[in-house]
Amino acid sequence: MNARTTRALALAAVIATAIIVPLGLKNYGIYLLSLWALYAIAAQGLNLTLGYAGQISLAQAAFFGVGAYISALATTSGVSFWLAVPLAGLACFSLGALIGFPALRVQHHYLAFVTLAFNVLVFLVLRNEQWLTGGTYGISGIPRPSLFGFSLGAPLAFYYLCLGLLCVMTVAFWHILRSPWGRAFAALRDNPERAASLGVSLMSYTLLAFAIGSAEAGIAGAVFAPLVEFIDPTPFTVSMSLAFLLMVVVGGQGTLTGPFIGAALVTLLPEWLRWSEGYYLMLYALAVMVLMVVCPSGLTGLARMARRRWERAQ
Amino acid sequence: MTDIFQLFVSGLSTGAIYALAAMGFTLLWQTSGTINFAQGEFVMLPAFIMLAAMNLMGIGLLPAFVISLAVSMLVLGLAFKRALVDPMTHHGMLPLIIATIALGIFMKEAVKTFYSAEAQPFPSLASEGAIHIGPVVISVSNIIVLAIAVIAILALQFFLQRTFTGRCMQAVAQNRETARILGVPVERMVLYTFLINAALATLAALLVTPTYLAKFDNGQSLGLIAFIAAIVGGFNQMRGALAGGLLIGLIDNFTAVYVSTQYRNALPLVLLILVILFRPQGLFGRAEERRL
Repeated sequence: MNARTTRALALAAVIATAIIVPLGLKNYGIYLLSLWALYAIAAQGLNLTLGYAGQISLAQAAFFGVGAYISALATTSGVSFWLAVPLAGLACFSLGALIGFPALRVQHHYLAFVTLAFNVLVFLVLRNEQWLTGGTYGISGIPRPSLFGFSLGAPLAFYYLCLGLLCVMTVAFWHILRSPWGRAFAALRDNPERAASLGVSLMSYTLLAFAIGSAEAGIAGAVFAPLVEFIDPTPFTVSMSLAFLLMVVVGGQGTLTGPFIGAALVTLLPEWLRWSEGYYLMLYALAVMVLMVVCPSGLTGLARMARRRWERAQ
Repeated sequence: MTDIFQLFVSGLSTGAIYALAAMGFTLLWQTSGTINFAQGEFVMLPAFIMLAAMNLMGIGLLPAFVISLAVSMLVLGLAFKRALVDPMTHHGMLPLIIATIALGIFMKEAVKTFYSAEAQPFPSLASEGAIHIGPVVISVSNIIVLAIAVIAILALQFFLQRTFTGRCMQAVAQNRETARILGVPVERMVLYTFLINAALATLAALLVTPTYLAKFDNGQSLGLIAFIAAIVGGFNQMRGALAGGLLIGLIDNFTAVYVSTQYRNALPLVLLILVILFRPQGLFGRAEERRL
């Protein structure tokens, strides 16, 4: 069996598991899995910005929120969900380009600061502009969509929608990475001077990566709104952006599987560690610090390290 | 007119506290390249150490402050540097940023779990008196806070500009390698900045907590403000952090009264974005290429 077949088999096994597991779960478990799929999409977007273009964004939750509000406002006023999702993606793409442009003109870490400020501003607008967003009362009664006459209202059906979207987005992401664009992203991260000397425009490619990453968060957010059926500003704060950043880095930035693992750590693990109650976040934060000291390339990096050591021992 | 004067004084006094946190933040960045995302929590924690000391040992605010100062310098200064920053010097900037974010979460959760999730009252330095100068009313606590912060800032400036150790620290901040060649004990100077940062944060905690009450998530807004003050003023200038802090304090107080309380926090953010757009070296900083 060569490496390629092994990988294909592993992938099929993972997808099969993702399809079968929720059949035996109660509604809450299915909800968590749906949340995991959506977080994974948003984390994947951030992974493009961070892991491939090397820029720190702290506004992923804001784009996630903008997507959620666009979808909530559109669907509650009768616009089709299937139109609202691409709309949210497009809006976040433009917004990302608009914010990234000034920040990327200057230096590296400034994008982190600008996006941080942007996230707080978005939160303030969501909270204060009651006429549009409902303020702290939020928007309720967000309808779940139907597809070709099938209602996706049931938890399981909606989970499959989230999973399907995750698969589509992952395939798209993979194609972007293998396209000349994706190669340019990686080249810019690994050796900006050389990439620039070969005619890759640092500014426009980084901006593109950031805008695509933001759009992915917007799309995930647009599906998040009907998942929870009620949204208010609280899930879209800077803390959530920090959580997204941790997902990507802990999972392993610049890898395809990293965001999946990172998102699972944030959504699923707390449930299995219920006994730890208030200690969970503390343990998580402690583990992140240790991980950063030991292996800054994250859990996938740790796995690589372990495998290399094992192979050497053979 | 009298209102404006009162707002000006109270703005300066809040701004001076922000400046303390922002100056510590800038010091760490300059000498060690650490962008401390837990800076707000570095101000939050000493307040709880003071509270714990007062409650457990039945002592007054000032002895509690001294204990908190010692503990903070040990934990947030020495231990922070040795356990978290030092092992990561060769990993680049991102892992350390992530680690300080995690540290902030850890401190917040620890206080919430082991102390309290509720806001705790915190003793004020001065009584609720006010001074009347003609039609102008100025609160005594504002004056005292401003005085203490200004003394601390002047002392720090004196230390950095006029003492041998202070000048060595500046040399490290400007050019680490040259400083090393000239025989400056670089590592020890870096350690000093970590200790000073912890001390400044403890002082900021003493001054700011009476107004905000002590709560585990105080650090979030404070950290952001320290950030904004440092960048608006000029990331590579101590004086910039000072001016930035004062400016944000003034803006904060004036917008709350004249613009809207809802968007009180928004104006500093807009200012931050504008500064990064048009004057990335900061309002008071010099333009210079910094290594990353």
